[in-house]
Amino acid sequence: MENLEKLVQDGLKAVGQATDLKSLDLVRVDYLGKKGVLTQQLKSLGQLSAEERPAAGQLINQAKVQVQDAINGRRAELESSALDAKLASESIDVTLPGRGQAQGGLHPVTRTLQRIEQFFSRAGYSVEQGPEIEDDYHNFEALNIPGHHPARAMHDTFYFNPGTLLRTHTSPVQIRSMEGSQPPFRMICPGRVYRCDSDMTHTPMFHQVEGLLVEKDVSFADLKSTVEEFLRVFFEKDLAVRFRPSYFPFTEPSAEVDIEWGRNEDGSIKWLEVMGCGMVHPKVFEHCGIDSEVYRGFAFGMGAERLAMLRYGVNDLRMFFENDLRFLRQFR
Amino acid sequence: MKFSEQWLREWVNPSIDTQALVDQITMAGLEVDGFEPVAGAFSGVIVGRVVSAEPHPDADKLRVCQVEGGAETVQIVCGAPNARAGIKVALAEVGAVLPGDFRIKKAKLRGQPSQGMLCSEAELGFSDEHDGIMELPESAPVGENLRAYLGLDDVTIDVDLTPNRSDCLSIRGLAREVGVLNRQLVDAPELTPVAPSHSDVVDVRVSAPEGCPRYLGRIIRGVDLSAETPLWMRERLRRSGIRSIDAAVDVTNYVMLELGQPMHAFDRAEISGGIVVRWAEQGEKLTLLDGQEVELTRDTLVIADHEKPVAIAGVMGGEHSGVGTDTRDLVLESAFFEPITIAGKARHYGLHTDASHRFERGVDPKLARDAMERATRLLLDIVGGEAGEITEVASAKHLPEEVQVELRERRVADVLGLEINRTEIEEILTRLGLHVDKLTREGWLIRVPSYRPDIAIEEDLIEEVGRIFGYNNLPVTTPFGGLALREEPEAVRPVSAIQSLLVSRGYQEAITYSFVDAQAQALLSTHKAIELANPISSDMSVMRTTLWTGLLKTVSHNQNRQQSRIRLFETGLRFISNGESIDQVPMLAGVVTGSQDPESWVNGRRNVDFYDAKGDLEALFDLLGIQVDFVAGEHPSLHPGQTAELRMNGESVGWLGALHPQVQKKLDLNGAIYVFELFLNSILTGYVPNFKEFSKFPEVRRDLAIIIGNEVGYAEVQRIARQHAGEQLTGVRLFDVFEGEAIGEGRKSLALSLFWQHPERTLNDEEVQASVNAVVDALKAELGATLRS
Repeated sequence: MENLEKLVQDGLKAVGQATDLKSLDLVRVDYLGKKGVLTQQLKSLGQLSAEERPAAGQLINQAKVQVQDAINGRRAELESSALDAKLASESIDVTLPGRGQAQGGLHPVTRTLQRIEQFFSRAGYSVEQGPEIEDDYHNFEALNIPGHHPARAMHDTFYFNPGTLLRTHTSPVQIRSMEGSQPPFRMICPGRVYRCDSDMTHTPMFHQVEGLLVEKDVSFADLKSTVEEFLRVFFEKDLAVRFRPSYFPFTEPSAEVDIEWGRNEDGSIKWLEVMGCGMVHPKVFEHCGIDSEVYRGFAFGMGAERLAMLRYGVNDLRMFFENDLRFLRQFR
Repeated sequence: MKFSEQWLREWVNPSIDTQALVDQITMAGLEVDGFEPVAGAFSGVIVGRVVSAEPHPDADKLRVCQVEGGAETVQIVCGAPNARAGIKVALAEVGAVLPGDFRIKKAKLRGQPSQGMLCSEAELGFSDEHDGIMELPESAPVGENLRAYLGLDDVTIDVDLTPNRSDCLSIRGLAREVGVLNRQLVDAPELTPVAPSHSDVVDVRVSAPEGCPRYLGRIIRGVDLSAETPLWMRERLRRSGIRSIDAAVDVTNYVMLELGQPMHAFDRAEISGGIVVRWAEQGEKLTLLDGQEVELTRDTLVIADHEKPVAIAGVMGGEHSGVGTDTRDLVLESAFFEPITIAGKARHYGLHTDASHRFERGVDPKLARDAMERATRLLLDIVGGEAGEITEVASAKHLPEEVQVELRERRVADVLGLEINRTEIEEILTRLGLHVDKLTREGWLIRVPSYRPDIAIEEDLIEEVGRIFGYNNLPVTTPFGGLALREEPEAVRPVSAIQSLLVSRGYQEAITYSFVDAQAQALLSTHKAIELANPISSDMSVMRTTLWTGLLKTVSHNQNRQQSRIRLFETGLRFISNGESIDQVPMLAGVVTGSQDPESWVNGRRNVDFYDAKGDLEALFDLLGIQVDFVAGEHPSLHPGQTAELRMNGESVGWLGALHPQVQKKLDLNGAIYVFELFLNSILTGYVPNFKEFSKFPEVRRDLAIIIGNEVGYAEVQRIARQHAGEQLTGVRLFDVFEGEAIGEGRKSLALSLFWQHPERTLNDEEVQASVNAVVDALKAELGATLRS
């Protein structure tokens, strides 16, 4: 049995000397295979007496286990270094730019309109659309702006013929939505509007969002909170808001809304006009067949470009319609 | 409207500073655009008198003047042509500082010492007038500080009045408002009628009382219009933004600013017979004061004499009957013209005058006589002469009726959201000059003064109460009410979903003008565009019939700015006239050009082609859950071999194609450009998902390659394959397209994979092979395909 001891030592040495999985496997066959030297030892047990056999068998099995363990250990070692080598050869430059399409972006006006729509949708307002080529009735008459009204001069109107025009505001959408239907109403009307005016601060087309709420019991105080809350969520700032009496033919009382926008040299608030609003004029209700003794409403309107300019720091209105990619790409 | 703060304070003088005054009226609804000093910042300028003015010995255009006024008489070299002995001047002494921090020092001009400067209006920041030095009235006290003498510590306030507040288009009206806000009484200048001193009266006939319910005329004889308008009046006009013309015009303008009544003065010698207020005859001609000859229309109210029109009522006088320095006798006019009659007339004739601005907004119908007396008094003081009796023609039937409006206490609270004390409401109304005629069961019956034509209904009174109470003193409450959930059909995807998809596929959204260049659009659309009657420019003169017009202009803009990779989309209406009505249909359009992917170490070597754009649309249709067929089509603006008409259930929903090379050349665009346009409403119809059981049994795949003619579209191959592959077919996939010598000219090879799957069992080879054979046979029979071995 000294022979067995030597065989084990030789086997362990051979295992240690195996440099790859293939040679390791040869070692396994040499010692533990069907004809392997240790396996052969078991076969020689028959030559021993029945009393000697169990002890000898146990020794041989121990030897086999010893070699098998060594082989397993060595295999794990060799596998791990092979994997390391493979992984090393597969390493890449992770700092190279990725492949594929770049992201586009929404126009800043659309982005602004979508935010406004979201705010009001959550408050139960529907989003209404209407035609851009309008008739005189819906753009003016129904909004209490008859033909001779001086307020028409406030709207430099594009005409196709005397009765057909490009809408100067989105208020006609409110009229169309109210016509033939009864309150309550909560809606906003975003969209393109047109005025025949083009200079540093005017483009002949721009976007407005008008809002309307008609219910049985609604007051100017409700309008104030709606407008104030909207401006605060839009600008994400607790800014001062003030209501200044003004005039729109379709609302009475009417107000313009100023927000705090920085400070003057003397520390006083710099006010900036951002929207107009008021209580729906009874004439407008009359045109839509709604009893103004039963229902009251408020309306408000704002320019999307103006809000976008303030929100994103755009300093030239005309950029919105040049669609220069260097401009548009800044609004992902 | 511009006005002088000093002038206003003569009427009502609250103890608040300029800024507070401006804030106060702004918050009362009279928005102040701004205010600026009436003169530049200067000091050390006094009233001087030119004692002598001699020619400069060495310069033709200079004069050497001796000027008194300061501590001693000084010598000043002056280049002004009007520098002459005897006149009173604005003398900037040595040490004076003129606007722009310009310091006056002792100097020598062409060898002659000069100690100070004689100033022009421009040099003192009064006006742009720099043709000569300022000449002060003979009465100006020599030596007095000029700022004090002229009251120059004053500002011009520019108030941007809303069209309803015609009552504030005068110092009188503004003072009334400021008085209300400060609870102060207003001091109006005393008005004493001028007793007639001759019996010459103007004959006035009003044949159009509906347009002119009140007309007053008065003859003033023996005036001297060479008399200069006094400096104080010129200064007030200047500070109100009105140029001084001559005494008669200045006085009428002054009264207009002061009281709000536009007036006119005619040269009596040019009035034949008397005054007739009538409608114009169609085509009648009149040369206006500005020299323009206009052809009158029948709806224009004119002031005429017995032969011809002499003025467009309430707008502008005629040149011929205007006053001049040789005018001896005047006819003064003060009238109430009905607003709707005047509205738009000035604009119709390309004019905008201070008179028309006021008349179309509504002048106080009771003001004409006061204004006449005021103007007469001022005129007589300046130009002398004698006033005759006033002729007044009024039609009670056509004058605005006195307005009474009921105001209910409950309604004030309902609309404003606050119960305001009853006495406070009454007090506000009274301060505004609104008269409580009687108390009613629910509130008050209010009589509206003639100067507030804007107040006609209860809401107008509520606004007045709210305005004076202060909008910002009103509470803030949150509206509530039955908030029913709104319906939102799930099958219809919002436009924002389409936008998001395109954005994530590299498209940038553009917003282009709805009006475009007619010629550029004619290259892109066969529809006749709707023309604007008053376009802003010729390249924005017609409505777009396709969104491509604006998008391709945007491509050009960007290509000209070194951007070669462009991917844009836009949504919006396109406008097509459809006989009587106009189709305003929402479209989705896009354009792609340049490299398919951004240029990079691994991308961007390949330019975009038809299939890239098609892939984007297929992704879009997939998102929307719709089946759209791409059918080879023809579009005049697109490449004849690279154009697909998009069809959904047989209906055309849009186009995709390469821009026709000739169109591209004419639009001056670079590279291949792919465009698409779809009817948004047609594609926004999706579906609500409905789960279907899927098979647990294996799917079988068979590949086959066929050779067919180049002219055969893949869609046809796919259709036939689907038709003959049996009902267990689950998919057809094209995995290779090959053309080349090996295949033969005019032919191509298509490699397809077909997939089958049975819901309840595993398919066997024989079944699958039978299906493959059926497909191959059909392709052979219908398309002349051969199997590629």
